[in-house]
Amino acid sequence: MSRTDTAAPRGLYATAARQSVAKLSPRLLVRNPVIFVTAIVAAMTTILALRDLVAGPAGAVIPQIAAWLWVTVLFANFAEALAEGRGKARADTLRATGRETRARRLAAADADHAGAETVSSTELRAGQFVLVSAGDVIPADGEAVAGVASVNESAITGESAPVIREAGGDRSSVTGGTTVVSDWLVVRVTAEPGKSFIDRMVALVEGAERQKTPNEIALSILLTGLTLIFLFVVVTLEPFARYSGTSIPAAFLAALFVTLIPTTIGGLLSAIGIAGMDRLVKANVIAKSGRAVEAAGDVDVLLLDKTGTITFGNRMADAVLPAPGVSEARLAQAAWLASQADDTPEGKSIVALSARLLGGDLPHAAIARHVAFSAQTRLSGVDLDGGAQVRKGAADAIMGHTGTEPGAILAANVENIARAGGTPLLVSQGTEILGVIHLKDIIKPGVRERFAQLRAMGVRTVMITGDNPLTAAAIAAEAGVDDFMAEATPEAKLERIRAEQQEGRLVAMCGDGSKDAPALAQADVGVAMNSGTQAAKEAGNLIDLDSDPTKLIEIVMVGKQLLISRGALTTFSIANDAAKYFAILPALFLGAYPGLAALNFMGLSSPESAILSAVIFNALVIVALIPLALRGVRYAPASASALLRNNLLVYGLGGLVAPFLGIKAIDMIVVALNLA
Amino acid sequence: MSPDILGLVVFLVALVALALPLGRHMARVYCNERTLLTPVLAPVEGAIYRIAGIRAGEGQSWRAYAAAVIAFNAAGFVVLYAILRLQGVLPWNPAGIGPMAPDLAFNTAVSFTTNTNWQAYSGEAQLSHFSQMVGLTVQNFVSAGTGMAVAAAVIRGFACRGDGRLGNFWADLTRSVLYVLLPLSIVVALILAGQGVVQTLSGPVTAATLEGAEQVIARGPAASQVAIKQLGTNGGGFFGVNSAHPLENPTVVSNMVQALCILLIPVAFCVTYGRMVGDRRQGAALFAAMGILFVAGLALVTWSEAAGNPLVAQVAGTDGPNLEGKEMRFGATLSALWGAATTAASNGSVNAMHDSFMPLSGLVFLVNMMIGEVIFGGVGAGLYGMLLYVVLAVFLAGLMVGRTPEYLGKKIEAKEVSLAVLAFLSMPLGILVLAAVSVLVPQALAAVQEVGPHGLSEVLYAYASATGNNGSAFAGFGAADPVHTTLQGIAMLLGRYAIIVPMLGIAGALAVKVPAAPTAGSFPTHGPLFVVLLIVTVAILGGLTFFPALALGPLAEQVSLSAGTTF
Repeated sequence: MSRTDTAAPRGLYATAARQSVAKLSPRLLVRNPVIFVTAIVAAMTTILALRDLVAGPAGAVIPQIAAWLWVTVLFANFAEALAEGRGKARADTLRATGRETRARRLAAADADHAGAETVSSTELRAGQFVLVSAGDVIPADGEAVAGVASVNESAITGESAPVIREAGGDRSSVTGGTTVVSDWLVVRVTAEPGKSFIDRMVALVEGAERQKTPNEIALSILLTGLTLIFLFVVVTLEPFARYSGTSIPAAFLAALFVTLIPTTIGGLLSAIGIAGMDRLVKANVIAKSGRAVEAAGDVDVLLLDKTGTITFGNRMADAVLPAPGVSEARLAQAAWLASQADDTPEGKSIVALSARLLGGDLPHAAIARHVAFSAQTRLSGVDLDGGAQVRKGAADAIMGHTGTEPGAILAANVENIARAGGTPLLVSQGTEILGVIHLKDIIKPGVRERFAQLRAMGVRTVMITGDNPLTAAAIAAEAGVDDFMAEATPEAKLERIRAEQQEGRLVAMCGDGSKDAPALAQADVGVAMNSGTQAAKEAGNLIDLDSDPTKLIEIVMVGKQLLISRGALTTFSIANDAAKYFAILPALFLGAYPGLAALNFMGLSSPESAILSAVIFNALVIVALIPLALRGVRYAPASASALLRNNLLVYGLGGLVAPFLGIKAIDMIVVALNLA
Repeated sequence: MSPDILGLVVFLVALVALALPLGRHMARVYCNERTLLTPVLAPVEGAIYRIAGIRAGEGQSWRAYAAAVIAFNAAGFVVLYAILRLQGVLPWNPAGIGPMAPDLAFNTAVSFTTNTNWQAYSGEAQLSHFSQMVGLTVQNFVSAGTGMAVAAAVIRGFACRGDGRLGNFWADLTRSVLYVLLPLSIVVALILAGQGVVQTLSGPVTAATLEGAEQVIARGPAASQVAIKQLGTNGGGFFGVNSAHPLENPTVVSNMVQALCILLIPVAFCVTYGRMVGDRRQGAALFAAMGILFVAGLALVTWSEAAGNPLVAQVAGTDGPNLEGKEMRFGATLSALWGAATTAASNGSVNAMHDSFMPLSGLVFLVNMMIGEVIFGGVGAGLYGMLLYVVLAVFLAGLMVGRTPEYLGKKIEAKEVSLAVLAFLSMPLGILVLAAVSVLVPQALAAVQEVGPHGLSEVLYAYASATGNNGSAFAGFGAADPVHTTLQGIAMLLGRYAIIVPMLGIAGALAVKVPAAPTAGSFPTHGPLFVVLLIVTVAILGGLTFFPALALGPLAEQVSLSAGTTF
């Protein structure tokens, strides 16, 4: 499936607009208490406006207040609908992938393929076996139990290069909806119909099954509590006003109430949550629960596998160190020759390094014979036309081959390389040892900076490797991780996670093998690679479709951004209240105490325009903040103190000041248009 | 620096200087460590535990702790109610005072068990010495001890490493009274008696005045009761006019000592807190937030009293401070200091008539109480009240650092937030809703002496004082009306237990959590930024809730005064 948004934005907005009206159904509204209350107040104000229209002197302001209160509700619905709509476009494509197919069911894993019966994919149950061969769409999620095949998984990963799936080992898991390109597999079905991976993805991106995350629940409780408090404030205002010898129109009290309750964050809360999930889906990560995304923001410790995450998968040539009396050029020439037949990434990296050292001055010797690497000889090379044997290989292999010991200086170099965590390869021509090639783990570019950012955010990184402690320490120092685990076994990894959790830390890790499953399950955030086993995918709470271990860092960022967006808009929403008081209260009390006009330092033109402006501002601010809610608050990794300072300044102080300016501006427009 | 300002600065310095050692002492008391008093008091303490069958070492869950608090206070209420109703037949009644009316006895019993000490009665006219000493003074100690014990339990919940135990209420109560309140009270009572505060068990004396008239002068064991009324932020005076009475607060020295005592334990609790959570900066942050709010209020009151009433100045032709309703031996500044301290600390004793302060001063007094008595607040109560705001502030702004909000390494989640919201509701419910009910009842409305904004201030003040467990009153409010005594009783109960129980619940929820070690990513809850955040949270959540009501009360009065209208 394509990673670009398939739906045109125009269609998206139109759908969202239609949806926002459909969402006025009380059954849906009640899920969002603040907006539900706003809708009730809007309905009551509408009745008041209608009553005035029929029975009394019909003012122009109350119908406008009623209208804007409805608009407030619609804007909140629109924000949610828009967020959902963006996920829906993707869900539709996915659903097409998950459509019904024909499946060839086998009686047992080793049954004769000819005996397969053809059934609909919806009839498949967990534990049954199906046969798939070239050209078939795999009918259900499952695990390969026999055969090897290449499978195109672009339907879920967006990556069109086929991947190998085979029975046993860490590449046995297959996903329903993907296509077998060559060969065949017998698959044991693991998911009941409707519970497959793609079904889960659809539900997730559609937001249909979206459950509120823990922080979202806590925030909703607080917002509901604030709504209740402001209800007390507004309801008791009428008796106090009557005591003071004035009466406040009910519609104005309704206006005060709606502007005080946290409609801004209330209206945008679910949009923020949906958009956060959507950002994750865009990064090609599937979260099994919203809780996992939130937990990602809380992570204290990242356990990262060395290979593939911190370093490239293979060791590469980093330097050549000639023996005394040998020129670097001669050593480089020999190394270049000896690696001609070596197709491994290590061999290619030696060719590349020596070519660079030689500056294009490549040797012209005629090669008589290529000697490929074998596990027995542990060396490779060429025989030149003159009979000279050029070889490279492990130190003891070359010593055995040449029958000579390296000199003291060379031997020291070999030992130093080994101690620093590298692999020394000796190069020989005939019986002469020319020097040593330094193969080392190459740290991926930018990794060090990333770890520094994580450290600034208070996230500790721990490198996990099977290397010996010496090697591990060298790489850990170079990569800039905070800690490392050498000679790590899956059991040790699990122990480490438990120990960190005992200390009250949240741990994230990624893994792919079946052996990783217990650790993935134990970790607070477990990211399973899509290329991994079914067991790993079941154990993790997030699945990375790109199978890229560095994604873990991005996931942490998305989690943090989600929480920050929520906090920022909450702070903004509550800070807004100060200005609304100063707009509405003088307007309400002017009759009782003209002196209170002093509170109207915004200089709003009339009580009616002041109240109307505050209500309009309150509605418009929701729309104005939709882009921010969907995109998420801009987030640059920094320490908590720095983040707090910046965000308090922008959203706290900004939230205090912005409505003063906004309400004043709207008041001027309201007056200019003669609305009040 | 004028002498008045210098006096205030000396007061504040002395306050901090005394609170530091006391706070350290209290931390040792609640951590069950050895103190200077241990050799003398440990045998007494042990005897109390043996007689009462208390297993002091046995920690309680938050539910057990809360149940113990409620049971103890309920029993205290019943005993006090019985004493007040039966005082006519009980001993030590030289003035022959009869039983108290049921609604007034309910109000008074609630008032003293909740550490409010709202006095809908006049002590010398309606209480026997027995009621004063056995009834009220006992509650002065144990209601204060209850607040301190709850604070200690809440602190343990915030600080502990996941065992879920908050300590033992009976031990905390005993230790609060024995190691803190009693020794301090003895010292203060002696100082006050030395200054001329009356202390006797004899009845009133009759004196012939200079004009030859006959005056009955009430007397009684005042010094001992005054000491604990101030130290325990009780505030219930021996005499009806409280510390404005010359036999209750005769000199400037006695005035300063009493004012210090009002704030001493609440300030010391900040120190205790920092010690008990193992990070003094946390206590310092709370102290800073409270201190800034206090000094800001004090400055506003001092200024507005010193500036005086412009209308009076016009008539009299001179500028001068507002001295209406003040004792000349204290003057404007010391009355302002007392007013700010007593309303901030939920004490409620007065040395001047709050009704007669300038509207802006009245506004400060009201705000001090309405935000929930968290500017140092009642003994213990101020600290856990401020911790309620801390929970809210951390939750509101904490998300902005990109983590689930944490305080002291413990996550603030749905449970804590629900309980905090529940506790927080008690202030608007007690102040706004009950005050609104009272102005809707014609009979209760008639008990309000003034009309217009000043009358509304009186009503708001009464309910803020009751809900905040303060106990002071704007004069002019007919508190003895049965509707008010009943509603006030409810307000006092709300302001006390509707905060204590949820706060213990929060502490209990936090107590089972293992604190995470702080990292660069943790929300910093010390330092100036957090102090500002906390102050703004108090101002916005606490202050703004009451802004509309305040606009119709003191604010309307102030703007009208500027325009030349009085009420």
